[in-house]
Amino acid sequence: MDEFVIRALLAGGGIALLAGPLGSFVVWRRMAYFGDTLAHSALLGVTLGFLLGVNPMIGVMVVCVTLALALVALQRRRNLAADTLLGILSHGSLSLGLVALAFLETLRVDLMAYLFGDILSVTDGDLMAIYGGGAVALTGLALLWRRLLAVTVDEDLARVEGMPVDALRLAFMLLIALVIAIAMKIVGILLITSLLIIPAASARRFARTPEGMAVLASVLGILAVVAGLLASLNWDLPGGPSVVVSAAALFLLGSLVPIRR
Amino acid sequence: MSTPTLSRDESALFAGPLAWTEDLTVRFGRRTVLDRVNVAVQPGEVVTLIGPNGAGKTTLVRAVLGLVAPDGGRVLRRPNLRVGYMPQRLAVDRTLPLTVRRFLALWRPVTADKVEAALEEAGVTRLADSAVQTISGGEMQRVLLARALLGEPDLLVLDEPDQAVDVHGQAELFNRIAQVRQRRGCGVLLVSHDLHTVMARTDRVICLNSHVCCSGRPEDVSRHPEYHALFGGHARDLAVYVHHHDHAHAEDGKVVPEHDGSCCHG
Repeated sequence: MDEFVIRALLAGGGIALLAGPLGSFVVWRRMAYFGDTLAHSALLGVTLGFLLGVNPMIGVMVVCVTLALALVALQRRRNLAADTLLGILSHGSLSLGLVALAFLETLRVDLMAYLFGDILSVTDGDLMAIYGGGAVALTGLALLWRRLLAVTVDEDLARVEGMPVDALRLAFMLLIALVIAIAMKIVGILLITSLLIIPAASARRFARTPEGMAVLASVLGILAVVAGLLASLNWDLPGGPSVVVSAAALFLLGSLVPIRR
Repeated sequence: MSTPTLSRDESALFAGPLAWTEDLTVRFGRRTVLDRVNVAVQPGEVVTLIGPNGAGKTTLVRAVLGLVAPDGGRVLRRPNLRVGYMPQRLAVDRTLPLTVRRFLALWRPVTADKVEAALEEAGVTRLADSAVQTISGGEMQRVLLARALLGEPDLLVLDEPDQAVDVHGQAELFNRIAQVRQRRGCGVLLVSHDLHTVMARTDRVICLNSHVCCSGRPEDVSRHPEYHALFGGHARDLAVYVHHHDHAHAEDGKVVPEHDGSCCHG
């Protein structure tokens, strides 16, 4: 097997592994659109990274976290519904990113790679970012697991039990921002959320425990990466979209399997 | 109602109330939901809050729990008070696969033995492996009781179950809570819409309508004119004894002191 294929599999597999548990939380907390909004803002972060001469991943983290905090502040006002606010921030930040990128005439950026991912051009540095960042994110998630579940079930109860609800919510947003920063290269900012929610949604029907759902989501995600990459190589299809199509196909297949309860 | 004057440390030493409010005022926008409310729950005491819809019962409970910040006055608790909260309802998202047993273990590190004991004390052992989304409203109330008991509470706070729980289920729940109180000696702060449901199991009733209208033993409050004014025909046939009252109500519901008599706020 060619080296670039192995790197692509390792990168996609690592992202899918991480996306399983985190994506399960996105589904449980009904934050799919929120994840999408953060992902859309990532392009602005990339531009910012280039402008300031820092790693684009750091730019993405900074912009994602800023956006998440802005959203929390806006939601406190309660003048507009959450989905309307998300729509404004999502498309506003994506367009701002595109406009800002156009201003940087001297910069040659493969826009398509950022929007839809370029899994076949993964470098060793990317792999290190994925596995290093992924290890940090998974460790953080494991440490906060029980309390994040409690906050997801009922915030008032968690508060009365003395849990730092706002800090936990912020920590979860940081984890999502981290995943977006490291997954952007693989599936692109337009498709990141699908890798978070499709495997988790597919796993729901077969899971009896939160952990079971998270692990199964990781497995299904890795399967989708492998199937998508093979299809991409065989038929010369775009990598990121092929992975997402595979994940969606697995979801459809899974929903056809009869379950006895 | 007597206003405690002890400091927090002293209250722990001298066995004062578990939790109390001092002139607690809460406003939502321009509406004053709670107006200088003074309530206290003593150890081992069952205190029931009654009052019409929108009287601020739930807000008072949420303020005692620390979920609503006071706009005036304050909420005080004994240091290190353990509070067990049973919300009115709890709907867990269907996407989250969660058994009752697992739900109980989410809130603090607990051993499997303790979970079993709490399931048994609340009478829901047979539901342990059911998904939380599949149990009935009445069953959920008892699961929430089990959850609260796992924290070994000094004070149990519960908002009355809503229509999802039938009358029989409510009576059973209140019996369970009365047993828990007897066995554990914890205080109970309870919200109810109807005095008669909880009358026999309550030590003290506080009739709330933004302010404390009257309070006392259930049989006294049920004869109180303020109680009748709020609940109308419900208890008219009981209006034999007229309780002394130290204030009147202006048209907007504000309290207008009549004279400096002090009786019913005892």
